[in-house]
Amino acid sequence: MIFLQLFYEFFKIGLFSIGGGLATLPFLYRLAQNHPQWLTPQNIADMIAISESTPGPIGINMATYAGFQAAGPLGGLIATLGEVAPSIIIMCIIGRFLSQFDKNQFVKDAFYGLRAVVIGLIIYAGSKVFLVALFAERTLRYKEAVLFIILFALAMKFRKIHPLIWIVLAAILGILLQLPS
Amino acid sequence: MEKHQVSLGQLYISFLKIGGLTFGGGLAMLPMLQREVIGKHRWVSEEELLDIYAIGQCTPGIIAINTASMIGYRKRGILGSIVATLGEITTSVVLITLLATVLNQVEDNVLVQQAFGGIRVAVCVLIAQAIISLSKKSIIDLPTFILCCLTVLATVFFEISPILCIVVGILFGLSAQNLKRRKTR
Repeated sequence: MIFLQLFYEFFKIGLFSIGGGLATLPFLYRLAQNHPQWLTPQNIADMIAISESTPGPIGINMATYAGFQAAGPLGGLIATLGEVAPSIIIMCIIGRFLSQFDKNQFVKDAFYGLRAVVIGLIIYAGSKVFLVALFAERTLRYKEAVLFIILFALAMKFRKIHPLIWIVLAAILGILLQLPS
Repeated sequence: MEKHQVSLGQLYISFLKIGGLTFGGGLAMLPMLQREVIGKHRWVSEEELLDIYAIGQCTPGIIAINTASMIGYRKRGILGSIVATLGEITTSVVLITLLATVLNQVEDNVLVQQAFGGIRVAVCVLIAQAIISLSKKSIIDLPTFILCCLTVLATVFFEISPILCIVVGILFGLSAQNLKRRKTR
């Protein structure tokens, strides 16, 4: 039963991704590995762009999109509900028993190590996106690589510019340069 | 729970607005959250909201969803938590479903493929940017730097499960900080 499976997989993602939307990425790659018929690494790269350029939390947008690719509109809904279910349960428990949760010494200590791991996991997920976007069968695509360097330099200089602007600009350049090269 | 009741409908509408009008979740939702939850309704105080937001960051799940669940719970218990969360996700589910339907129909179009070729490059830029800005708060000394490198090695080259990495990170944090305190004592 694909809907039960989807709910279960996204429940796990909601339970283990700590630190916001991008933290769900490594789990989505795992999902693509284990269920190639549900979504591909390329789906995930496109999904990040779509999630960043539409309203709503990125993690939720990605869950809806991944669920949709796997099993249509109902799949999108079920995956999203699966991802938010742990939040509701955990928040109700914390709200009932531990209102000072974030000031707890154990929590602070755990986060010292946890934060570093989360960065490592995002780098892992990011490397998969780079592989899809900048490489074709492990050889560098030159047009894309040059475009990346230029856009990255611009983005570091003009940090205030909304992600949507870079995505639209890159889409136009993609058509003009006739990517993927 | 507060004496003056907040209706479930009000909770739903407020979080529908917050979810529908913020791009990117996380920090981006704070201004909208402040306007709806503090400015308009006085459901929580400014400090309470920052505490809730901090809790949302250090618990599993999407920060925006955690925040919605917690405020919903404080105002109307478990039902409130569910209703606020449903409000927060409504826009995403509807909009992404529509967009995905359209995209799947035009994905063979050459222009669309070229546009996505460019868009994927932009996504790399956004991820690189996010990693740099997140690192500043997370990679604060040599041990955290090494831990981060080990995580990359373990996942990229040995396909170790992210869940295992998370557990190791928590255990490392607990033991390293305890050791540090014992030394300074």
